[in-house]
Amino acid sequence: MQDIILMAHGSGGDAMRNLIEKDFIKYLSNPILNELLDSGVFELSERLALTTDSYVISPIFFKNGDIGRLSVFGTLNDLCVVGAKPLFLSLSFIIEEGFPVADLRRILASISQACNESGVKVITGDTKVVEKNKADKIFINTAGIGVIEKHRDWRNRKIEPNDLIIVTGGIGEHGLYIMLERLGVQTDDEVKSDLSNLTDLILGALDRFDQIKFVRDATRGGVATLLNEICSKYGVEIEVYEQDLPMKEWVRNASEVLGIDPIYSACEGRAVLVVGKSQAEKVLEYLRSHPLGKDATVIGKVKSTNVAKVYLLTRIGTRRVLESLKGDILPRIC
Amino acid sequence: MSNLSYIKNLTKLGPEEIQVIVQKIHDLAKDGEYVIMEFCGTHTREISRYGIRSILPKNLELKSGPGCPVCVTADEDIDYLIGIAEKYDLGVITFGDLVNVPGSNGSLNHLRAKGKEVKVVYSPLESIRIALQNPQKNYVMVGIGFETTVPSLAYTIKKIVELGVENLFYLSLHKLTPPAMKALLDAGEIKLDGIIGPGHVSTIVGIKRWQEYLKNYKIPFVIMGFEPEDVLYGIYFLMKKIKNGEYGVFSTYTRSVSSEGNVFAQNLVDEVFDVSDSVWRGLGVIPKSGLELKPKYSHLDARKKFALDEPVKVRKTACRCGEVLRGVLKPYECPLFAKVCTPTNPKGPCMVSSEGTCAAYYLYENS
Ligand code: SF4
Repeated sequence: MQDIILMAHGSGGDAMRNLIEKDFIKYLSNPILNELLDSGVFELSERLALTTDSYVISPIFFKNGDIGRLSVFGTLNDLCVVGAKPLFLSLSFIIEEGFPVADLRRILASISQACNESGVKVITGDTKVVEKNKADKIFINTAGIGVIEKHRDWRNRKIEPNDLIIVTGGIGEHGLYIMLERLGVQTDDEVKSDLSNLTDLILGALDRFDQIKFVRDATRGGVATLLNEICSKYGVEIEVYEQDLPMKEWVRNASEVLGIDPIYSACEGRAVLVVGKSQAEKVLEYLRSHPLGKDATVIGKVKSTNVAKVYLLTRIGTRRVLESLKGDILPRIC
Repeated sequence: MSNLSYIKNLTKLGPEEIQVIVQKIHDLAKDGEYVIMEFCGTHTREISRYGIRSILPKNLELKSGPGCPVCVTADEDIDYLIGIAEKYDLGVITFGDLVNVPGSNGSLNHLRAKGKEVKVVYSPLESIRIALQNPQKNYVMVGIGFETTVPSLAYTIKKIVELGVENLFYLSLHKLTPPAMKALLDAGEIKLDGIIGPGHVSTIVGIKRWQEYLKNYKIPFVIMGFEPEDVLYGIYFLMKKIKNGEYGVFSTYTRSVSSEGNVFAQNLVDEVFDVSDSVWRGLGVIPKSGLELKPKYSHLDARKKFALDEPVKVRKTACRCGEVLRGVLKPYECPLFAKVCTPTNPKGPCMVSSEGTCAAYYLYENS
């Protein structure tokens, strides 16, 4: 019979110790974690960043990733965009009773690989098991800690009119791809999530340029929602050019079929940067020289400090407000 | 839906060509007042999203029609659904938007908050998986949508029978669009010079079906695609027909729409459903505008299986979606619009659905 997760695996007893010792340590081994203390203990004495995020996705395994890889990269991206070099992660699972142990191992192997690729360590973790139907298969929470070197800290740079808005690659890919998966659509190889670890790309940019004034990765709510966040946080007006939004052909087609606007669709490997005009071209050149930034594009600019709104100049020459995402993003049924 | 290749040849016009088309529309509309209705909610949304009204002549009015499946779902149907879910402890499986539509006693979302099982699925086949995983519980799958969505649901129903799933029932709230278009014209409440025909629906039903329904009306009906270029070119084409006094069914969505439509999909639907009368929000009962399961599948029919103790009594609200759907009221003429009623706190289905007219105006034309 297939091994499945039982309530006992989360009860703190022997079954749980077995799971931790056999599987978690096997995949995630490192000196801090292996101490198996109640907290991972380490020393740091610099400017730090701490972030946390929970990951809930269906399907949990997809073409070029899974919930494990997502839960590592998502948190690394949140760290690097504030200029932090990620060091340590915490990792917590909420697992539905009956979840196959083989799938859990597959997720752990994927987390381990994602950590190795990125040079970060999981130093503490937790597992809870909940009754059948009280969770959808598996939820993961990760927290991450990173150090910010002073020159990478952009927080005090002032956003001004004429600053340019750059996105590091094609928009809307993760959200639309996952939607197609959920609908059971057969897709070509090129149709996949943009899930990636942005650390190298972003820290590299922050090392080279001192006119990068804002960086954030576009996740749920897509690029449109992120731009609205910039507007309301800094009280600036942003203008975006629809024609310049980088978009893969399949994204365009899928969005027409599903009736979902890619500008609201989630990314998992794209960042938006606000850059002073004088360095924008050089920043773009650098981003494009990196494999994760080869489709980087200027998509708009900061217009004024009069109104905190985003406007979209459409490809047919009209101009309208670009709102943040309201409610859920759902395929049309019309 | 199995591949995306059929729309690979998007006709993309450049900005100069767009300019020319817009100018031509202005020239055609120079003298007189014109009213055009777009039937379909996706057109409504795209027209708002691209600010198309802002570049059209002031004397050419675009009215939005009833082409939003969630919006036209009647209050009594939502109340019935919530009623049977509570009375029989049914799990409800549905497509997205419907969960937010307020009925007389709250929405499906409220039902879920009260601890009842309400599942939103993307593909109707997921309903089978859910039912099989929880054999001790009865589920009702809500069949909502126009001709475009019905084929995949017909397929699901055949699968339910094939696999012998015993705890999954079906509530058909499907609506057919040509009868509704005809009913709207017959009501004569609004004067229309031309109609923008729905693209996706026509891909399934074909040009012929519209011709059957509209043969006695002297009005041009042009089926268009959904890209802004499609819409502008289509409006230009429609204005030419109006000015020349030509009427009938035309299509500028040639990359997707044929005369016969998708015969495979039509046959699939005919195998599973019979045409029935149906209640539309705002339009009332429209003869032969809905679908019910054929007798062969009636053991799956939630309406036959689950009865309420007394018929639902719909509580009247201040929402004026009915009038919006008939094209007699603009969203901003509703006193609740953007004040009390917003997409995050919708008071009616037209603000809930992404294809709803109130939502389109709120999101894209409310600056
Ligand atoms: S604005 Fe809200 S309340 Fe008014 S008609 Fe539209 S949905 Fe109904």
